[in-house]
Amino acid sequence: MHYTVDAGLYALENPDADTPVFVSANYKMSFDALRSALPGRNAWILVLDTRGINVWCAAGKGTFGTAELIERIEASGLAKVVSHRTLILPQLAGPGVAAHEVKRRAGFTVRYGPIRALDIVRYLDAGMRAVPSMRHKTFTLKERCVLIPLELYAAVKTGVLVMVLFVIASGIVGPGGWRDNMLNDGAFAALALASAIFAGAVLTPVLLPYLPGRAFSLKGFIVSMPVVVVLFLLRHPDITSAAGMLESAAWALMVPAVAAYLAMNFTGASTYTSLSGVKKEMRWALPIEIGAGVSGLVLWLSARFVA
Amino acid sequence: MAHFEYLKNVVTLEYREEKCIGCGMCIEVCPHAVFRFNGTRRVEVTSRDACMECGACSRNCPTEAISVQSGVGCAAAVINGMLGRKSSACCCTTDTGNPKTGGTCC
Ligand code: SF4
Ligand code: SF4
Repeated sequence: MHYTVDAGLYALENPDADTPVFVSANYKMSFDALRSALPGRNAWILVLDTRGINVWCAAGKGTFGTAELIERIEASGLAKVVSHRTLILPQLAGPGVAAHEVKRRAGFTVRYGPIRALDIVRYLDAGMRAVPSMRHKTFTLKERCVLIPLELYAAVKTGVLVMVLFVIASGIVGPGGWRDNMLNDGAFAALALASAIFAGAVLTPVLLPYLPGRAFSLKGFIVSMPVVVVLFLLRHPDITSAAGMLESAAWALMVPAVAAYLAMNFTGASTYTSLSGVKKEMRWALPIEIGAGVSGLVLWLSARFVA
Repeated sequence: MAHFEYLKNVVTLEYREEKCIGCGMCIEVCPHAVFRFNGTRRVEVTSRDACMECGACSRNCPTEAISVQSGVGCAAAVINGMLGRKSSACCCTTDTGNPKTGGTCC
């Protein structure tokens, strides 16, 4: 649990009774970000027990919430430490904290600071005023890119297992010897799956604002099209044979299905998708993704048998 | 930077202007600039489709002028729910305070 800091009241430099009070989560990165955004400044930091979870997630779960804040104000004796009655909370704590409740029950006025810790000094120096850009949750290329390893890791964990199964299946049934089958059809299956993962978990996040459509599945589907074309050029399938036709059709279904599914999962990492929207997207996208994936698999297996 | 909007006409955000006292809290907490003052000391909804249903506005509105069914827009969590797995509702977000270390997942 070394990603947490203890809940309670902390002093930065030499704060006194008039120094501003910031509220943070006990997730070490949230705390450190706040601390390093206030170099050389006097400040009080009231750390809530959010079970080591960052501000936004904790606010969504309610652990960074009204009740915890009020409890922590009382436990720390904050009212005796400072003479003013203002708390600066991170804006993203908003889903968990009801400012008017805190005022009513603990006597402290909640002000929401900027979203990015980097803007805190500007906010303070402007007399606790945020310009609109400080209040806007962005989703920049950089912010999307740092999420890619997480998406990839989750996809590859299952993906590798599926690739191995395809390679083994290629060896067991098929036209040539098991070794040739595995090296040829099996390896291509692994490549096709890896490309689908690349399209859904890497290309989609990177290209997100430039891909047409609003639904993430649609974006993943679109980005998988050039990937399918490249795969075909590499594979050079004999589409005059039944097996070549079936195999081509199989991958033309499975690659977009996997890419669209993974793209859909990126909604969880994005900073602007609503639950109602995700449910609406899933209602049509999930059946199509599963349907395409399963029919692709059936076609691929039949290709093995007719060859 | 590109301004992101998800699906059209789907969010559960509801606003009853007659209850608004113009305190501005919803403008202060909304991460997607959904509200703005309309010049009559009350607010109006400007970009409803930008709402991500985080619930910050309704929680901080002192007069309950706003209601929204809040939740985390995450497909994996919805799937877990359908499978009956009571997973911790996922929320992977970039940690805004720390662009270098970035992604945090819980
Ligand atoms: S629910 Fe969140 S995103 Fe939607 S309007 Fe309210 S504060 Fe803004
Ligand atoms: S928080 Fe409620 S009362 Fe205050 S401005 Fe917004 S809608 Fe009006």
